[in-house]
Amino acid sequence: MKRLFIAAGVLLATQATAETPVLTVYTYDSFVADWGPGPAVEAAFEEVCDCDLQFVAAGDGASLLSRLRLEGARSKADVVLGLDTNLTAAARETGLFAPHGIEAELDVPRPEAWRDELFLPYDWGYFAFVHDREKLPQPPETLEELANSDVSIVIQDPRSSTPGLGLLLWVKAVHGDGAEAIWEGLSDNIVTVTPGWSEAYGLFGEGEADMVLSYTTSPAYHRVAEEDDSKAAAIFPQHYMQIEVAGKLAASAQPELADQFLSFMVSDAFQSIIPTTNWMYPVAMPEDGLPDGFDAPLAEDKALLFAPDEVPAQREAALAEWQRALSK
Amino acid sequence: MTRSGPGWVAAGIVAALILGPLVAVFMRAEAGAQVLTSDWSAVRFTILQAALSALLSIALAIPVARALARRAFRGRGILITLLGAPFILPVIVAVLGLLAVFGRAGIVNTALAWLGLPPVSIYGLQGVVLAHVFFNLPLATRIILQGWQGIPSERFRLAANLGLSGVQVARFLEWPMLRAVVPGALMVVFAICLSSFAVALTLGGGPRATTVELAIYQAFNFDFDLGRAARLAVIQLVLAGSAAVVAFWAAVPAGFGAGLGRVVRRWEAETWGARALDAGWIGLAAGFLIVPLAMIFLNGVSGLTQVPGAVWRAAGVSVTIALISTALCVALALSLAMVRRGWAEVVALMGIAVSPLVIGTGLFVIVNPWMDPARLAMPVTALVNALMALPFAMRVLAPDVARTEADFGRLADALSLRGWARLRWLILPRLRPALGFSAGLAGALSMGDLGVVALFADPDFATLPLQMYRLMGAYRMEAAAGAGLILLALSLGVFWIFDRGGRGDVDA
Repeated sequence: MKRLFIAAGVLLATQATAETPVLTVYTYDSFVADWGPGPAVEAAFEEVCDCDLQFVAAGDGASLLSRLRLEGARSKADVVLGLDTNLTAAARETGLFAPHGIEAELDVPRPEAWRDELFLPYDWGYFAFVHDREKLPQPPETLEELANSDVSIVIQDPRSSTPGLGLLLWVKAVHGDGAEAIWEGLSDNIVTVTPGWSEAYGLFGEGEADMVLSYTTSPAYHRVAEEDDSKAAAIFPQHYMQIEVAGKLAASAQPELADQFLSFMVSDAFQSIIPTTNWMYPVAMPEDGLPDGFDAPLAEDKALLFAPDEVPAQREAALAEWQRALSK
Repeated sequence: MTRSGPGWVAAGIVAALILGPLVAVFMRAEAGAQVLTSDWSAVRFTILQAALSALLSIALAIPVARALARRAFRGRGILITLLGAPFILPVIVAVLGLLAVFGRAGIVNTALAWLGLPPVSIYGLQGVVLAHVFFNLPLATRIILQGWQGIPSERFRLAANLGLSGVQVARFLEWPMLRAVVPGALMVVFAICLSSFAVALTLGGGPRATTVELAIYQAFNFDFDLGRAARLAVIQLVLAGSAAVVAFWAAVPAGFGAGLGRVVRRWEAETWGARALDAGWIGLAAGFLIVPLAMIFLNGVSGLTQVPGAVWRAAGVSVTIALISTALCVALALSLAMVRRGWAEVVALMGIAVSPLVIGTGLFVIVNPWMDPARLAMPVTALVNALMALPFAMRVLAPDVARTEADFGRLADALSLRGWARLRWLILPRLRPALGFSAGLAGALSMGDLGVVALFADPDFATLPLQMYRLMGAYRMEAAAGAGLILLALSLGVFWIFDRGGRGDVDA
């Protein structure tokens, strides 16, 4: 019986594809979850495109790029959504992407660092250490203060996690050659280093550490979804940014649809979905403003970002320092 | 040689499925990839933690298995089923359960603070080993318990007639059994800890606790250095292979002869001292295993109401995959076990000795030019899960097949019982408990697995562990705890049905 349904489904699907064009978008796994942006984005885009938008989920941002490299020009993908600016240098090197041709003004700080003819931002955030206001009423105010304090933190591994890499670059951007000393100072604050964001945030939730590396937008989740105002992000003089981007494949069989999707991506219909599903800042302020519970983003003078082509060299040096400092 | 015919076929399938992808990754890689210095320190740490975890798991499992083998008490059956639980939990669920007990804000440290004692830290090598013992002690206990139950009750009866003391029983009956069973159990725990990734990293406390699996992940995802990833996978394979060789060299088959399979009564152990000792071991093991499980249960109950419908759909997908995977795994394991040769065990061991990331990538490289990998999401997941569970199923089945053949083989030969008839009338009936246990392990392991490879992910067929991680990734920790509880219950259910079915009405 079940097999019959599946067979019928396959048949219907094949018929449908014969009539409407299919746009294949590769993205990371959490984007397509029922509670992620995926379903709403799909519905909204299919309303205007007269097409079938199909998401293909491939792990996290880094595995997304690996998959693309494995497939090369044969990839079925028309659009890849979910790389961040730390990955775009490597993505550019593959030669698989085509210019997006969109000139929109986006509400994202440091445009001189992220502007890129191949990759277009769709959301962004600041990395920050999140804490519980009641348990830690006076959090440290700089990286250095944190390193000298006895506040315990959980961080992510820069070798397997994008926030982990973000912190690595944050420390490097602020302290340059002094970064290794900061990491040595931080080593006794670090309870543990987790493979990904979820494990770290889970550990923080269980009370394993005073602070966790996350985003300035994290407290908004607790306020909006849980009506819990106890979580806060400690504001430092400067914060490293994460900018998530999408790009169009040069070998796409649906270049017009891909262009249409990228324009749609920076329009209000897509952008208004982002805050309460991906819990990041939209790149174009929604018509109704940010949802209640979201603080306005920190001012531009607080934003740190390495340009994509600087990242590989910085990452390599910083990773070696990180490993040395934390292995002592 | 009809008996090993299916074994050769099974071995061929397994080897092709594991070595094929490995070769595919090598061929896809650019030449000149080197294993880095930092990778070698990862190899050292990996061996250290795997060896410590294996030794400690087995050292603790021996007295616990002995206590369970010679005591009958109320709740023993449930305890034995619960013994399967930690092994099948997704890593993050188990880790959070352990942290609720041993973490900074956990029960142990709260109690220590109350007593005015300094806190203990779970983070570091000790935490990695603790978690691995939590995962593997139960499995080791079950494997060794099976060994104890393989000693015919007639031998203990004879020992009692001869008036042998506890020490003498240990020397003449239990020691030979342990010589036969323990090396294999050590090997399998060692091999599974070799590919540890999330446990080692989460509880290891930092880059000192880098394992080979993380180095593979890094090589693959951050450096896109396929050659290095494949070389590291070969190192893992060689390490597990060496462990297997040592285990076969060290294992001495025990020859107890045949028994009637009656319930064992242990006359020499009916002293108050022995009773207290056994009660102590059972209590300790039960506490160590059940308290974290209870915390997972308590955390999950409040999240159950928040579990979205997608999780229940995913539960259906996971159960389906688990059943297919179980059938595949048991068929492969039985075919390999019938061969009764060392190489068959080495082949079976490859399933956990090779990085899932490398297998997944290799399969993807092979499949992708021909068809959409997402369409193969279900079969590939079931197949890879079956391969991962194969060494465990094999570890459980092989000793019983060997014992059955040793005890009844000649009789069966004399009766010209061959091929299917031999399997039907001799092997399968005597193997029923081992088959049930191995099917339970295979099913439950598949339930808890994280959908193996992201490369084959099909958005519409997310598995339960994957949905759980997605909930965590979207801040929904309570709902994730609820999903974790559902996963625990379903895994235990699958395990219990097979295991109990295997034990039938035998009081094992």
